[in-house]
Amino acid sequence: MVTANTELTYNSKIEGEVVVSRADAVINWVRTNSMWPMPMGLACCAIELMATASSRFDIARFGAEVMRFSPRQSDVMIVAGTVTYKMATALRRIYDQMAEPKWVIAMGACASTGGMYRSYAVLQGVDRIVPVDVYVSGCPPRPEALLDALVKLQDKVKRERSARNLFTS
Amino acid sequence: MSAETVAALKAKFPNITDRASLDHPAVNAPAAEAGGVLQALRDEHGFDLLADVTAVDWAKGSSPRFTVVYHLFSTTGHGYFRVAADCPLDGDPEVPTATGLWPAANWHEREVYDMFGIRFTGHPDLRRILMWDAYPYFPLRKEFPLAGIDTPLPDPEIAAETGTAVKPAPMAGGPFVASSGAMNMTEAEPRAKDESWNERRTKPEA
Repeated sequence: MVTANTELTYNSKIEGEVVVSRADAVINWVRTNSMWPMPMGLACCAIELMATASSRFDIARFGAEVMRFSPRQSDVMIVAGTVTYKMATALRRIYDQMAEPKWVIAMGACASTGGMYRSYAVLQGVDRIVPVDVYVSGCPPRPEALLDALVKLQDKVKRERSARNLFTS
Repeated sequence: MSAETVAALKAKFPNITDRASLDHPAVNAPAAEAGGVLQALRDEHGFDLLADVTAVDWAKGSSPRFTVVYHLFSTTGHGYFRVAADCPLDGDPEVPTATGLWPAANWHEREVYDMFGIRFTGHPDLRRILMWDAYPYFPLRKEFPLAGIDTPLPDPEIAAETGTAVKPAPMAGGPFVASSGAMNMTEAEPRAKDESWNERRTKPEA
């Protein structure tokens, strides 16, 4: 059956080039689809993080392929690995230098809880020094798990009251 | 080769003694003579590579309390040699540095200083290498608990902003040890020796 409508997408001409939406929906749509990661690769999880970014798993499918080694240009810090107390202060400084809005993914057991390092030198969970949005279990997590965390973070960002935050904070 | 090396060393340095060893030839040397022994091994016996510098803490009350251990390797003879030097002072241990013989000793000795608090006299740059400069303890000493001790963070600015400090890690009956010989993988995997207490239930007083 042939339908009359040949438009593949929304045709703004029909509405006189006006699109009506909520500010939250537009802002969150823009934010979720290009979350540039700050790769805090501190241990073996960083290898899985690199695998996630590479062709087989391809984090670009979720708009997060632009690993930025400058905190000024990144949106989500992926803490991949064991955080020692000595590194924790540097990590917090990098987090402070990231521009708002910013999010944190704690990737793997070490970043989430200290993991197997019940030790004098290791911070027992990166949430003790920066606010964490998504925790990923695993030692190290599979790339799929990290992609799932990214999708979950996108879902979380989509529920944010971004427009209100723009004017109140 | 090893027996001849030990014999030649003993002839040159009468104060050195045999050291019990399961693998490589080993000698005990007085701390003051250790540098000379190492130089003789390097120049006369071909042990040209300093593989490791480490230390032993024999625990509080022992004398000597600290022993510095050097591992040498010969790239021509393909063998190892071990030299152990007891530190003369138990409270404030120090030995002469080996950085003049091998530049590689620099970071090894910094690590031993960081972990055990043994000072290497004549070292060009004796700072901590793993822990931060202001850290007040020596973590590999016997009296230091594995979980750690309350300490401020290395950066006071971040400590003030986050309210975080270095806290003892929750051990929950640990350290966690694997049982060897058990055929069942689930039972053999690492677990706490004492599972009667954890983060929620406090440790019963002994």
